[in-house]
Amino acid sequence: MKLITAIIKPFKLDDAREALSEIGIQGLTVTEVKGFGRQKGHTELYRGAEYVVDFLPKSKLEIAINDEQVDAVIDAIKASTSSGKIGDGKIFVTTLVEVVRIRTGESGAAAL
Amino acid sequence: MDASVIEVKYALDTFYFLVMGAFVMLMAAGFAMLEAGLVRSKNTAEILTKNIVLYAVACTMYLVCGYSLMYPAEASGLLWPGLPSILGGTDHGVEGVLASSGETYYSGLSDFFFQAVFVAAAMSVVSGAVAERMKLWAFLAFAVVMTGFIYPIEGYWKWGGGYLDSKGFLDFAGSGVVHMTGAVAALFGVLLLGARKGKYGADGRINPLPGANLPLATLGTFLLWFGWFGFNGGSELKLSDVGEANAVALVFVNTNAAAAGGCISALIIARLLFGKADLTMVLNGALAGLVAITAEPLTPTPLIATMIGAVGGLIVVISIITLDRLKIDDPVGAISVHGSAGIWGLLAVCFTNDDATLGAQLLGIGMIFGWVAITSGIVWYVLKVTVGIRVSEEEEAEGVDIGECGLEAYPEFVRT
Repeated sequence: MKLITAIIKPFKLDDAREALSEIGIQGLTVTEVKGFGRQKGHTELYRGAEYVVDFLPKSKLEIAINDEQVDAVIDAIKASTSSGKIGDGKIFVTTLVEVVRIRTGESGAAAL
Repeated sequence: MDASVIEVKYALDTFYFLVMGAFVMLMAAGFAMLEAGLVRSKNTAEILTKNIVLYAVACTMYLVCGYSLMYPAEASGLLWPGLPSILGGTDHGVEGVLASSGETYYSGLSDFFFQAVFVAAAMSVVSGAVAERMKLWAFLAFAVVMTGFIYPIEGYWKWGGGYLDSKGFLDFAGSGVVHMTGAVAALFGVLLLGARKGKYGADGRINPLPGANLPLATLGTFLLWFGWFGFNGGSELKLSDVGEANAVALVFVNTNAAAAGGCISALIIARLLFGKADLTMVLNGALAGLVAITAEPLTPTPLIATMIGAVGGLIVVISIITLDRLKIDDPVGAISVHGSAGIWGLLAVCFTNDDATLGAQLLGIGMIFGWVAITSGIVWYVLKVTVGIRVSEEEEAEGVDIGECGLEAYPEFVRT
């Protein structure tokens, strides 16, 4: 089992969600986060005082899937959220050791 | 005059005081929203508490002693008005009004009501400048002295027929009596309080601490603009004949024009200085325009009023930046809006009112500034060395909402 963590531009969230729905992904978690990569921030003025907008808003998707679905999910996210411009984001794939469905107590692949 | 005409005029002019007083009361909501919008979310509930309680304190202290200090029975041209007394509930009787042939033209209690909301406005200026790091109860203790004593004495000097009035100092609705007074009390509070932690950096760096809710700040500004029609319009003190009605209309027009002028000039200056349209400066600009015209909204033409307001907008932006450079931390720009623009407003009277003299205006500015500086400085200092006026570092970091009020303004918003 794998956990896909995708950091994407917030306005691409709906597109990503639709694309994942189309390939049969039935659950995901979204968090609003801030971050920067090589995109960096920019400087603004508030009442004449300078401040650096270092951290840019992003959306973080977390999706727990079977190993077989990894490539399809990565492709779906890439296709739906890519703009070609700097700041599109990243996808991380990590190994899930265990998954449990709280309501029924199922675990493993059955809980996905 | 026919008896019924006298009675109707009395009723109309009383009604006018009451309604204009209610307009000015709404400025309390304006201040509350403006300040709530310009402080950080963790300090919002506390500033709202300050705003509503100071209004209540102001009304109560003015009732208990302030009004009688500010308006003694006889205009005497003095520095000290005499002893205070508690407001009673009696008013003019019909026979007395008719016997006066209309000289007595409004209810005494309506005058109290109209004046009470002004002292609340003056006190409210202070709350924004000391926001985010002052102890709530120390602030309220200051409010008791300010509304019960400091304001009434300098108010007496002008509107109560005291020394400044006898010297020809002019201040139609209170650029000096109300706004500059509040700003000076705020300034000395800030000087004794110190800047917010993290506001000024080691190498002369100024760090912004952006406000949490610009929609509220804008709403607050509009409410203040609206209420100002009562502040200036009501200060004509009479409505019930053609001359007075026309005067009131001109005051409304000029008040509005000055706000517009200040708004636009602040926008343009912010754009030129900062490259973008800083909404917070625009809001301050409109208010500075209003403060500036408050000293004399009747004698300018509407176009001149617009320009007076526009200069106020220019002054306020420069003042805000300058105070920051001097490390005088004013989260909402209160000292600049009410002090810097207030002084400009008092001087601008000389341009449009032939009865004004530069000497009398400077005398008024100097005496009011000096009185409020000394008395408020003493009160702030006494509070500082006895109960302390600043919250602890931990409380300031956590937010005064938790420390002073035990609750949060936006409990469901996750802090980022």
